[in-house]
Amino acid sequence: MTALAHVPTGSGQPAAPERAVRSGRYRFLPYLLLLPGAAWLFLFFAVPLFQLAAASLYDPSGSLSTGYALTWAFGNYPDALAAYWPQFTRSFRYAGIALVLALLMGYPLAYAIAQKAGRWKNLLLVCVIAPMFTSFLVRTLAWKTILSDNGWLVGLLRDVHLLASDGRLLATPVAVVLGLTYNFLPFLVLPLYASLERLDHRLLEAASDLYASPVRAFRRVTLPLSMPGLVAGTLLFFIPASGDYINAELLGTPNEYMIGNVIDSAFLVRLDYPQGAALSFLLMAAILAVVFVYLRRAGTEEVL
Amino acid sequence: MRTPLRPLTRRGLLTGTLGSAALVAAGGALAGCGTKGAQQTETGCVSEDLSGTEKKLAFSNWPQYMDVDESDESKRPTLDAFIAKSGIAVTYTEDVNDNNEFFGKVQNQLAGCQPTERDIMVLTDWMAARMIRLGWVQKLDKSKLPNVEANLLSSLRGRSFDKENQLAIPWQSGLAGLAYNGKVTKEIRTVDELLTRPDLKGKVTALSEMRDTMGLLLQSNGHDPSNFTAAQFDDALNKLKKAVDSGQIRKFTGNDYAPDLAKGDIAACVGWSGDVIQLGFEDENVKFVVPESGVMLWSDNMLVPNKATHKANAEQLMNYYYDPAVAAQLAAYVNYICPVQGAQAEMEKIDPELAANPLIFPDDAMLAKSKVFMALDEKQEREYEGKFQQVIGA
Repeated sequence: MTALAHVPTGSGQPAAPERAVRSGRYRFLPYLLLLPGAAWLFLFFAVPLFQLAAASLYDPSGSLSTGYALTWAFGNYPDALAAYWPQFTRSFRYAGIALVLALLMGYPLAYAIAQKAGRWKNLLLVCVIAPMFTSFLVRTLAWKTILSDNGWLVGLLRDVHLLASDGRLLATPVAVVLGLTYNFLPFLVLPLYASLERLDHRLLEAASDLYASPVRAFRRVTLPLSMPGLVAGTLLFFIPASGDYINAELLGTPNEYMIGNVIDSAFLVRLDYPQGAALSFLLMAAILAVVFVYLRRAGTEEVL
Repeated sequence: MRTPLRPLTRRGLLTGTLGSAALVAAGGALAGCGTKGAQQTETGCVSEDLSGTEKKLAFSNWPQYMDVDESDESKRPTLDAFIAKSGIAVTYTEDVNDNNEFFGKVQNQLAGCQPTERDIMVLTDWMAARMIRLGWVQKLDKSKLPNVEANLLSSLRGRSFDKENQLAIPWQSGLAGLAYNGKVTKEIRTVDELLTRPDLKGKVTALSEMRDTMGLLLQSNGHDPSNFTAAQFDDALNKLKKAVDSGQIRKFTGNDYAPDLAKGDIAACVGWSGDVIQLGFEDENVKFVVPESGVMLWSDNMLVPNKATHKANAEQLMNYYYDPAVAAQLAAYVNYICPVQGAQAEMEKIDPELAANPLIFPDDAMLAKSKVFMALDEKQEREYEGKFQQVIGA
């Protein structure tokens, strides 16, 4: 790969060992090493993706017993979007709100662990990661118990009148957004931690020597330096959160269903493969678009 | 931090060209795609029966649907007795967790007339109807099923997807009706109460199983779920939609309503008799209600899929489980409706209290109120299921 990526710079160092690699019998070694990974990606990513693309263009009047013909039915896309527009926008709305909440909690947390935790650092990191040792499903089911109508949390909120006496948390948008925030928080915290940990404290001292207020020092020094972690973390959070369906299924009601729930039911319950495939591609396209705009505005080379 | 546009390089040009070429090639290959029909016919997909030489049987069933020995969970008394008596080695697997999921598991093999390595699989009515419609199920030899002929409950005979009772033999049946938790709310008696009573608002769930929920609603409108029109379906669906829009219905569920009902997060719901009886053993406040307008009767059925090679062995097992004494022993463990006539008399000997329970051995009054949902063709299934899914929000 290096041989291909290397652009002659004219600095007069035509790298002798590189030439040896080119002409030697190791020339194809990098490609050979890539082969298992590439074959895996091809078989389990490229081929299914391709099949999904084909399915999204099947004639929607086909059925399981008669089979589906590929008729380039691009109409599947607008049809699917029109039928499930509310769930589509809801997915991004919920994922967006959850992201903001996660940032408000995750940034100070990552900062504290990276800069202030001292000898507790490793322990705190384990605390962030430890819940991930149990299954996603089990953790979400645990939230069902915590938010239960007759649980202590709802009781407490009712007592302090934050919640009406017949109010509830479970089966509301609040529960779904809380679930999303909780479940994907570590994906945001870990990359952030990695960036903040490398932050050189002397830069902050220098800023303060130059009469920068703490806020200004944060804005001009800490934040820009943590940008790679922030961008990677938000992406790792936002992408799975917007496609998630477990939280809406377990903590929400039909009125909170996200696009993932619709895709699940299109494939497994309604057996409407063209619609399910079209929705999957629309979701993918929408996420790609969001990510692209985001990276253009805030992105750094290091993430990609 | 904007990345400036990179100048065109040889490499960029190369990857660009290769990429576009790959896209064009992919488009070309795409045009050759499409799927073949999954419909099979009796003459097109012929199965061989090796039962004469192979004393084997592979049986796929739902979890907790077979009696186990109280002292040793690995022993299954009725099944072990069958194995000892017939000499047939039964491989019993509890790998049916969900009809749709199981369908996904065997769909490709059956669509292509390939073996599924299963001789009996147990699936719910509507899924059994779909399999039969697709021609994926072998016809059974009635002469080898004398017990079934003699003892199958009359309300389960001649169901619309199996008029001759030789494709789908009920394993266990059950009712879909109403349930409530007496700790949280007072008694409920009708579907309309469930959908409109103000004190239940936001504390009601219904089943995401279209046939059970819609069947009850059709009945509450005075229509017959075993024979209804599209307009009647729409009527019932509108009624459901009103309850969803008003926030009366909190959620549509599978089996997962049970713990919520027990906790009291849900006050009342549409539920299945077996679940509710089991909850009732632990907490007598949880009760199952047969609404006056009628209940839905469903069954999980034993099917022999195409290319299963031990049909005669399978028939032997089905016949064995329709022996009233065996059926009673099984019913004493699973607590669903026993589809075998005569098992009630046998149950008297095991547990008189269970024998008197109309939710395990329904009396005539109960059976008169119970209906089996109409078999749908593919077009109807998609239309109704699509409309229902829109209302329940998925």
